[in-house]
Amino acid sequence: MSGIRRPKSRIWRPSTDLVLCWIGLLTLLGLTVTLSYQPLASFNFPVAMTIAAIKAGLVAAIFMELRHRSGVVCAFAAAGFFWLAILLWLGLMDFLTRV
Amino acid sequence: MSDTPDIAEHLATRAQRDDVLELGMWTFLSTEVLLFGGLILSYFVYRHADPQAFLAAGRETRIVIGTINTALLLTSSFCVAAALQAAEQGERHATRALLGIAILLGLSFLGLKGLEYVEEYREYLVPGIDFARTGENAHGIELFFIFYFIATLLHGIHVACGIGVLAVFAALATATRASSRYVAGLRTAALYWHFVDLVWIFLFALIYLPGRNS
Repeated sequence: MSGIRRPKSRIWRPSTDLVLCWIGLLTLLGLTVTLSYQPLASFNFPVAMTIAAIKAGLVAAIFMELRHRSGVVCAFAAAGFFWLAILLWLGLMDFLTRV
Repeated sequence: MSDTPDIAEHLATRAQRDDVLELGMWTFLSTEVLLFGGLILSYFVYRHADPQAFLAAGRETRIVIGTINTALLLTSSFCVAAALQAAEQGERHATRALLGIAILLGLSFLGLKGLEYVEEYREYLVPGIDFARTGENAHGIELFFIFYFIATLLHGIHVACGIGVLAVFAALATATRASSRYVAGLRTAALYWHFVDLVWIFLFALIYLPGRNS
């Protein structure tokens, strides 16, 4: 469509990155629900947690804008998950190592 | 437009103010990670102790409501991220509209969660109030539902607080002068809302998906 641009009447649109991220998240949601019904034996749980981690990564990188942030902000963001990793690692140590 | 008075006297620049806001929110979110992390650790411990019961309990949850609710929260997060982008570009009406949609999605999430609780009450799945399951898995199913109610209620409180914060920013979007302070505040509020979404992504995988293939 050609003609004079009329900024007043244009509709604001979010960036393509945000839209793609949203579509990706909904696709992963559909995928994880579908896979949970498949007979993958002991792999169902790791698959569900891996897809959850990918979704969380997308939210953190794109919606929370960590991909555009400096090292200091990323370090603060990672701190909570670092302590969580210690909590889960030590908390589950017995189960992970007992034979 | 100058918003120098928006900067507290111990801060030198607007950029420094924005950094302090963002780092402060991430520090708060770290404590939230450990709050929900402790709960999730207890889930892993009890699931390891009684895996069959947790699979049976997972099958008792409402996966349709859970999936719709996940889609609602993911979409609301998208709206809040878009609202921030609109605010950064000075599109104040778009900011208010997107925050309004995010609030409606959050309220729908809470409404569906309430409906789910009613259905679970009717099916005698509320430990401590009305729980009736028999058989060898009964104790493990009860533990699962104790985790379920504590985790989802705690998460629901976070959603309710987030809706309140978003409502304030939706009201301020067009009521006040456009300022970098508003954008920095909205960025901080958005981080909180995305975190609430992030917690739900994991709760969804732990609560609704186990035991579906058997």
